[in-house]
Amino acid sequence: MSVIPGPSASLRHEAVSFAGVVERNWYLIKRYGWWELAFFFWSLANTLTIVFIAKGIKAAGGHIDVNRATTTLLIGAVIWSFLGLVFEFMTETVAWERWEGTIEYTFMAPIRRPVHLAGVGIFAVLYGVLRSAILFVVIALMFGLHMPNANFLAAAIVLAIASISFMGIGTMTSVLPLISPEKGAQLGFIAQGTLLVISGVYYPVSVLPGWMQWLSTVSPATYALRGIRHAILDGAGITSLWGDIWPLIIIGLIAFPLGVWIFKQGEIYAKKHGKLKRSG
Amino acid sequence: MFAVEVNNLRKEFFRRDATRTHMRKRRKRVAALEGVTFTMERGECVAILGQNGSGKSTLVRLLSTLLLPDGGTATIFGHDVVKDSRPVQRLVNRVSVEASFFKKMSSEENLSYAARFYGMGPTETREKIPKILSRVGFPTDRMHEGMEHLSRGMQQKVALARALLTSPVLLLLDEPTTGLDPRSKLEVQDFIREVRRTHDATILLCTHDLQEAEILADRIGILDRGKLITLAPADELKEQYKAETLEDAFFSATGRSFDEEDEDAERGVFA
Repeated sequence: MSVIPGPSASLRHEAVSFAGVVERNWYLIKRYGWWELAFFFWSLANTLTIVFIAKGIKAAGGHIDVNRATTTLLIGAVIWSFLGLVFEFMTETVAWERWEGTIEYTFMAPIRRPVHLAGVGIFAVLYGVLRSAILFVVIALMFGLHMPNANFLAAAIVLAIASISFMGIGTMTSVLPLISPEKGAQLGFIAQGTLLVISGVYYPVSVLPGWMQWLSTVSPATYALRGIRHAILDGAGITSLWGDIWPLIIIGLIAFPLGVWIFKQGEIYAKKHGKLKRSG
Repeated sequence: MFAVEVNNLRKEFFRRDATRTHMRKRRKRVAALEGVTFTMERGECVAILGQNGSGKSTLVRLLSTLLLPDGGTATIFGHDVVKDSRPVQRLVNRVSVEASFFKKMSSEENLSYAARFYGMGPTETREKIPKILSRVGFPTDRMHEGMEHLSRGMQQKVALARALLTSPVLLLLDEPTTGLDPRSKLEVQDFIREVRRTHDATILLCTHDLQEAEILADRIGILDRGKLITLAPADELKEQYKAETLEDAFFSATGRSFDEEDEDAERGVFA
């Protein structure tokens, strides 16, 4: 019995499967709408505690450009929130399906794993961009921040390119719940926490010890944060941001295929050891 | 060509032992399937009987590409489940003891999600989902309700609809009526019969319901501690073991009563 479709049918199948993953995540966001609102409020509160630091330094007698420092911290907090959301979605590729009990049906379906993971990643990026933009606007308005030179288009391009790397690293961490159903999702926080420390989310990378600075050169978040800050604070365009863009392109070209390969190895391990099931 | 051809299939799992050596818990190798061999003709319904932990679910999970075997081969319409898993996935679908859905999503949304993976676009699913839900006796006016608001019987009907929506040629039913009330159980069994009549589907039914196996299957296999002891029509099975009932035949074949649990079932390695 032949079940191998031709190239165009196969391409259509992958496109429909991809759309199915995006659509499923949209359904879940809708159905868990109140949770999303609560998470947004948490992100807002968390971001506020950080951006108030600039005003706090001034109040304590420090000499600081409050508008610039607040914007710098806001960009760090918003990108950190965005990164956290992308990682959360990617890690939940397995963890959520296991929790709901659908994992076996998804993994026995004829969908290619890169298509499946890309569907989760693209939705996470789109939803993350939307949520982060709202967060940014709300806090910028609350603080009355002035960004007269901001080049938001260039910042968005840097974020879009960086997202490929973030999806790749997220894919690498999403394999953890496949290998360790009990604690795998929590292990993903190690990768996220490491990026937080080394990438200069709230401080320049130059203040880090030498070995951490070396690590920061392989973190896509370092280039994303530097590029986005440069675009928003100084109005830098794509040409002057190229120094941050090309490393992001290289890391992205490596990270996503590597993430898919690692996930595939994890899937083989799970199939060998019987871990691909709802109870773990 | 056989619909299903299983040859000397083996699967082992590791089980944690309570005893420790050098601060590490020992791990014991336990055979879930040992040299299972059988074939199924196209359109045939074969029931596999076995206690909890006998290896029924392991067999289903191997055939549905969720496990990799440690030895032997299994092919579905000539496609190897390991080397040729993608075509196998197109041909097979499954209904398990747990309905397994995204609980907050509606039955329509859950079915759409499942159908997309089989290449069915929105236009196709909008047309097919209400039809298939009606066929399984699910009230279509409830298809927008979250799954968490549906009874267990209703959820199992949606699970049947999900499996049939993709028109599988091999349907793996892993205790599809366990835990259902008598009425829902009969409805599901009627539907399985209807699928056989109208769908040209080959069905592998794993169950520990002897009556269900007898009324639905052409042949019945007894799986005990990972070994397929016998596979024959119900009457031949009774004759083979000189038994009045299928339960007696099971007892004669395995030396144990049907309700007895396999000692390995509790730790779940066979699940």
